[in-house]
Amino acid sequence: MRGELDSVFRDQWGRVLAALIGFLGDFDLAEEAAQEAFATAAERWPRDGVPESPGAWLVATARNRAIDRIRRQRTLEAKTRLLDMPAAVEDEMDRLDETSFPDERLELIFTCCHPALSTEAQVALTLRTLGGLATDEIARAFLVPEATMAQRLVRAKKKVKAAGIPFRVPADHLLPDRLAAVLAVLYLIFNQGYALPPADDELTPEALRLAAAVAELMPDEPEAHGLLAMMLLLEARRAARFRDGELVLLEQQDRALWDGARIAAGRAALQRALALRGRGPYVVQAAIASLHADEPRDWAEIAALYGELERMTGSPVVALSRAVAVAEADGPAAGLALVDALDGLDGYHYLHAARGELLHRLGRDDEARAAYGRALERVHDDAERRLLERRLAELA
Amino acid sequence: MRYMLLIQQGTGVVPGRGEWETLPEEEKRAVFAEYEAIGRDPRVTGGMRLQPPDTATTVRVQDGRTLTTDGPFVELKEAIGGWMLLDAGDLDEAIEVAGRIPAARMGGAVEIRPVVE
Repeated sequence: MRGELDSVFRDQWGRVLAALIGFLGDFDLAEEAAQEAFATAAERWPRDGVPESPGAWLVATARNRAIDRIRRQRTLEAKTRLLDMPAAVEDEMDRLDETSFPDERLELIFTCCHPALSTEAQVALTLRTLGGLATDEIARAFLVPEATMAQRLVRAKKKVKAAGIPFRVPADHLLPDRLAAVLAVLYLIFNQGYALPPADDELTPEALRLAAAVAELMPDEPEAHGLLAMMLLLEARRAARFRDGELVLLEQQDRALWDGARIAAGRAALQRALALRGRGPYVVQAAIASLHADEPRDWAEIAALYGELERMTGSPVVALSRAVAVAEADGPAAGLALVDALDGLDGYHYLHAARGELLHRLGRDDEARAAYGRALERVHDDAERRLLERRLAELA
Repeated sequence: MRYMLLIQQGTGVVPGRGEWETLPEEEKRAVFAEYEAIGRDPRVTGGMRLQPPDTATTVRVQDGRTLTTDGPFVELKEAIGGWMLLDAGDLDEAIEVAGRIPAARMGGAVEIRPVVE
């Protein structure tokens, strides 16, 4: 029962809170009411059973609690949208279903990811409200003190209210930019979690859940499906990325550890994005991730897609990935020429590691060792460092 | 909601100063026409263009003494060139109006501040 409740709560929190914020127009009031409703559920459901529509039950209960509270604090009434609101619906509790309340998660995510908030605030607010992560969990994941994260959330919620950040899906002419901001926040959450050992990572499941929700709620947006596809395809290979705490390169990974269901789900999402004629950065990255799951890999196609991504983003990091793919397709000399033409990546350890590998393949081991040495001077992550040290030892 | 739009001229092209004089007459007229059009927007309930910041006098009171200094409180390039008061439904609407103010694309910026009601 405990586990079942936890999973219902995780699934329902975002939708319940979104409905309450939409209804009450106030983040703090909505959060308090939602917490009360979840506490009531934790008390009653084990005894009475889980209602048929748990989400609707939670929204109705929370709404009733909020109305009671506001009746007790009449002064608040003027500040909320409750004035023209129906009375409590206690007597209707039996007849609720999932359609009793609108799904307003999209409205909420566009509020949380509004460009008038800093990226840090967007991330924190999204995880707190839609993900239902506790402040200390978010603080831990982003390596900041809990007090700092609490302050960040308070300030963000205050700004939403004081500045009049709207609770709605943006108009069509604003949508491309705003959706890109939402997807960027989800990608950032995903990446932050992906860098952690899987056991400590609470972020990627949340990023996947939110990306799936956005793709479901905006079925005509190819980039939403593209982001979901990319996340699924990367997550599918996660278990194979580490062996006894050591990083394993893709070509040496045990493919039996790959999650076949996730790869299939990722490819299905990619197909939807392509069917919508999507060719944006997330769709292209998903297509690359999909090709990386093939054996043997089509390096020429991967290189071409990195080229397309490079033209869209102008990112030298993408250019480096392209150079590595070109090396696989056309030989190390062609790859090295591209790597050596890159500007502005001297501080990036992958650049030097890639040079080291290509120089080694060309039989220039002295230069390769020097390049690996430079990579080691620039690497911060311990697992990455050990991988480079092993590589360097193999060349000695 | 009411918002104050504070127009920062920045180091951009400011009417009556430097580069402005080199603009073709036609372009100057177009910029003024844009300001006037925004001023006629029924949601804009007030607004003023200020004399350049080098005409500012800044006043402080210390130990009961009134001290005046020549110039604006902030750096010249950060000084306010004018303001508008806007009645808008939400921040997105305010951003849309602010984005139409010529200073925003001529090297300056518009700061949107909600008014305490």
